[in-house]
Amino acid sequence: MIPASFEYHAAKTVDEALALLDKYGEDGKVLAGGQSLLPMMKLRLAEPRHVIDISKIGELRVVRELDGFLHIGAGVTEAGVIASELLRNKAPLIGETACQIGDPQIRNRGTIGGNLAHGDPGNDQPAVMMVLGASVTLRGKAGERSIPVDGFYSGFYSTQMKQGELLTGIRIPVPAAGSGHSYRKLKRKIGDFATAAAAVQLSLDKNGNCAQIGIALTNLAPVPLRVKDAEKLLVGKLINDELIEQAAQIAMSACDPVEDLHGPIDYRTHMAGEMTRRALREALSRAGRQ
Amino acid sequence: MADKKKIHFTLNGRPIDVLAEPRELLIHVLREQLGETGSHIGCETSHCGACTVDFDGESVKSCTVLAVQADGAEILTVEGLAKNGQLHPVQEGFMQEHALQCGFCTPGIMMRAYRLLAENPNPSESEIRMELSGNLCRCTGYQNIVKAVQYAAAKLGANRSAG
Repeated sequence: MIPASFEYHAAKTVDEALALLDKYGEDGKVLAGGQSLLPMMKLRLAEPRHVIDISKIGELRVVRELDGFLHIGAGVTEAGVIASELLRNKAPLIGETACQIGDPQIRNRGTIGGNLAHGDPGNDQPAVMMVLGASVTLRGKAGERSIPVDGFYSGFYSTQMKQGELLTGIRIPVPAAGSGHSYRKLKRKIGDFATAAAAVQLSLDKNGNCAQIGIALTNLAPVPLRVKDAEKLLVGKLINDELIEQAAQIAMSACDPVEDLHGPIDYRTHMAGEMTRRALREALSRAGRQ
Repeated sequence: MADKKKIHFTLNGRPIDVLAEPRELLIHVLREQLGETGSHIGCETSHCGACTVDFDGESVKSCTVLAVQADGAEILTVEGLAKNGQLHPVQEGFMQEHALQCGFCTPGIMMRAYRLLAENPNPSESEIRMELSGNLCRCTGYQNIVKAVQYAAAKLGANRSAG
């Protein structure tokens, strides 16, 4: 399995990548870790004429904290996310999710930027970034803009990114100390996409009531789903079993999965409810009162 | 057809210069141009791990890396494990613990085990299983593969304390 013929360009800087994207327009495609794009090119599902490799751009491989936000460069690999002590301390949900993506070899190449920009509803980081209230940074010839991840996905494999733009990083508000988090992913085997998965990030006030909560689902619709109605139900309340059950029912009713190798629609929807329950329980058990 | 690119990298300590089309995968260049057929092509869809090589100190599936991306890289394949006719402890472990039957997956698994032990010299059984989860074996049931990695960990540890 060999991809169709293309010209290869290794960009050394973001500006160089943007100039190449501008030059080749629709014929250009960004290669980050290549763990999604190269399989698609081998199957001839993608046949770009110009491949712009950004994997050697050092400025995209930085993780840092600045003014209450965590900044993750788009070129940081999933293995890099797992290894980051800063992320482990400040937003452990991201690394715990990365551990559930692909396998060790794939995580060594696959990047967090690619996971977010690709638009595959099976990708795990989009739902996680939604519950963390993250934004993606897009740079183009005209300048830089920031878009919340909630709203970034417009359809199956499609995002708000415009021709000539490059996703350069992710900006995440540092979760409050004592926050609880969970990503529960049901998959058939290691390396597989989710049959159903749920991300939860929450914090509790001094009385143990839910002060803030994010709930989102992976691979249960053409786009990652934030379940705002379930969040509204829970916020301000002491979350008990009855509320967890109601939230799970709301999550299930939001789902619109397809029947595929992962299972029939009923099963995937049912599992979406179960993953939501488990994620809520785990996040609650990890959260401390403020 | 796109023009061939000149690629320079280090393979098992040896400098290599090859010409390859941008669409050529690293595994194809290793096997077909350089004749290093130790790394195998199993699924060619980044699932099985038979093509695993060490790339700048990290395990990668060489069917999902372009050869042009290896420009400047340091690559180690199963051919580079043994030194001066002496098997690497990972290879010795696979032999002693009967960790292969058909042997097709073995080079990829040994390269993954080599890197795992470099990063984590004393892995637990569950760590070994998780870290080898990107490599499929359809013969052994993995039990003896885990034992082989444990054997290699012990041998490498003994070598370190002796050395």
